[in-house]
Amino acid sequence: MKIAAAAIAGLIFGIGLALSGMLDPARVLGFLDIAGGAWDPTLVFVLAGAVGVTAIGYGLARPRAKPVFGESFQWPTASQIDARLLGGAAMFGVGWGLVGYCPGPAVASIGFAGTPTAIFCLALVGGMLLHRVMPAPPANRT
Amino acid sequence: MIATYDPMTALIGGALIGLAATLLLWLNGRIAGVSGILANAIAAPGPERDWRTAFLVGLIFGPIVFAFVGGTLPRPVLPPLPEIVIAGVLVGFGTRLGRGCTSGHGVCGLARLSPRSLAATATFVATAMATVFLIRHVGG
Repeated sequence: MKIAAAAIAGLIFGIGLALSGMLDPARVLGFLDIAGGAWDPTLVFVLAGAVGVTAIGYGLARPRAKPVFGESFQWPTASQIDARLLGGAAMFGVGWGLVGYCPGPAVASIGFAGTPTAIFCLALVGGMLLHRVMPAPPANRT
Repeated sequence: MIATYDPMTALIGGALIGLAATLLLWLNGRIAGVSGILANAIAAPGPERDWRTAFLVGLIFGPIVFAFVGGTLPRPVLPPLPEIVIAGVLVGFGTRLGRGCTSGHGVCGLARLSPRSLAATATFVATAMATVFLIRHVGG
């Protein structure tokens, strides 16, 4: 059941991305381009809808002891704002600004968007594997 | 000047993303962060990998179902190959180092009012905007 639940969540996530216009890197770059003269606020509305519904959904989950199919809620426990967090986020932002793809829309586009998108996803996986083989303090690895 | 856009459709699309994040937490107790799910789906085999693979398969089929019921999908225009590869590696490495991307920090983290996710989101939006500014308005 966990597998089916995850598949359905992924499916709805993908439909949401498609409906919201976030599968088009040009639209994302239009949001990121604050000096272009034709700023695209779409992403703000997508984020508002997503954060709003998630905040309500998470809030309703808080009092519950455990999820329907799992043993426990896996709430993130890290709280420190350190150089790794900010350095990683900064790197991610540069890559995001270069192409207009973050991981969700890039993966969701594999089925229809063609070879350049597939190459981006391969490079994305390559970057993740590169991080895995780099030495890091145990506290920051999961 | 503002580009043409459809705020209501964007809001509903975003709400669907929120619904997906809510379902993954309610049903499986997990956070819907795509970079973390992808990174662990390509890790060691086992049940912890299986649900993540299923999520990613669903994610890939979402737009296809959307098109099947009459939705229009974009034909993305990407920059030259070297830029695509550099960007992909930066996104992959950066989201692991920073432990999250637009979905994990941006959606799920902000929904939890996590200061850590707010700091990460502000940082990646800022460097992304700076990158676009340099490319489009300074020359790159």
